[in-house]
Amino acid sequence: MVELYILLILMIIGAVGALEMKDLLSSVVALGAVGLGLSFTFLVLKAPDLAITQLAVEILSVIILIRATLHKDLPEVPARGWSGGTAAGLGFAVVFLGVAFLCIPDLPPFGEPLLKVAGHYLEAGLKETGAANLVTSVILDYRAFDTLGEATVLFTVVMGVLAVMRAVGRKERGKADE
Amino acid sequence: MIYFLCLVLLCVGIYGVLRKRNIIRMILGLIIAEHAINLLFVLIGYRLNGRAPILSPDGPILQMVDPLPQALVLTAIVIGLATTALLVALAMRLHGKYGTYDVARIRELKG
Repeated sequence: MVELYILLILMIIGAVGALEMKDLLSSVVALGAVGLGLSFTFLVLKAPDLAITQLAVEILSVIILIRATLHKDLPEVPARGWSGGTAAGLGFAVVFLGVAFLCIPDLPPFGEPLLKVAGHYLEAGLKETGAANLVTSVILDYRAFDTLGEATVLFTVVMGVLAVMRAVGRKERGKADE
Repeated sequence: MIYFLCLVLLCVGIYGVLRKRNIIRMILGLIIAEHAINLLFVLIGYRLNGRAPILSPDGPILQMVDPLPQALVLTAIVIGLATTALLVALAMRLHGKYGTYDVARIRELKG
């Protein structure tokens, strides 16, 4: 329990650092720290599959973000001054957290999951699907359409990135008006 | 209480999306909010002193944690990577066209 609190507080510090640091590259590294903390948290929460996936995904996304921040001529973006918008943002945070605080008692208490559907998976998972890892039996058998949708999203994103980043067949900037 | 800390993390992420001028910072805020929601799902499925939902040949394991949120979050993590990649590609195209990541300046430079 204590380690969960420590990890979560470290993640919040890392998140604030990622948003507030001056240098963009440092921000990306701070985000990597947040992802690493999340991976450890999954490990503490007895979700080894998630910890492995989170680690791999975080490495990839940090690499992608570093590629975007590598430009040498990256101009400094001035921060917005303290204004009504910032006050509105903080007010939003206060209202959101207040409402959330009122709603938390309606969630199942920490440490006692409902297990309405998953109780069946826990009992009959091995017999019905033959997978010892019950997470695998859920994603590849009980909810296989979910995974099919995920693969579709991945394929679509690959096509989208290719279309956005494509250099061939694009007009030069100055010639666009001719 | 642990749920509340998780929601604080979500709030930090939303604040970043709403209030930052740098597009890359906005993307970072979105990723942080994503992490917070994934963590909330897994927290709700956790059982105190639970075991990982992997069966062993030695005998029945009691007190397993809920495998359903874990499976859903596994999908969500991968989709999060996909959306991040698409967002970064769009941000890099914007940088190539306008030479800045500043949303306020991009708005000025329209056309």
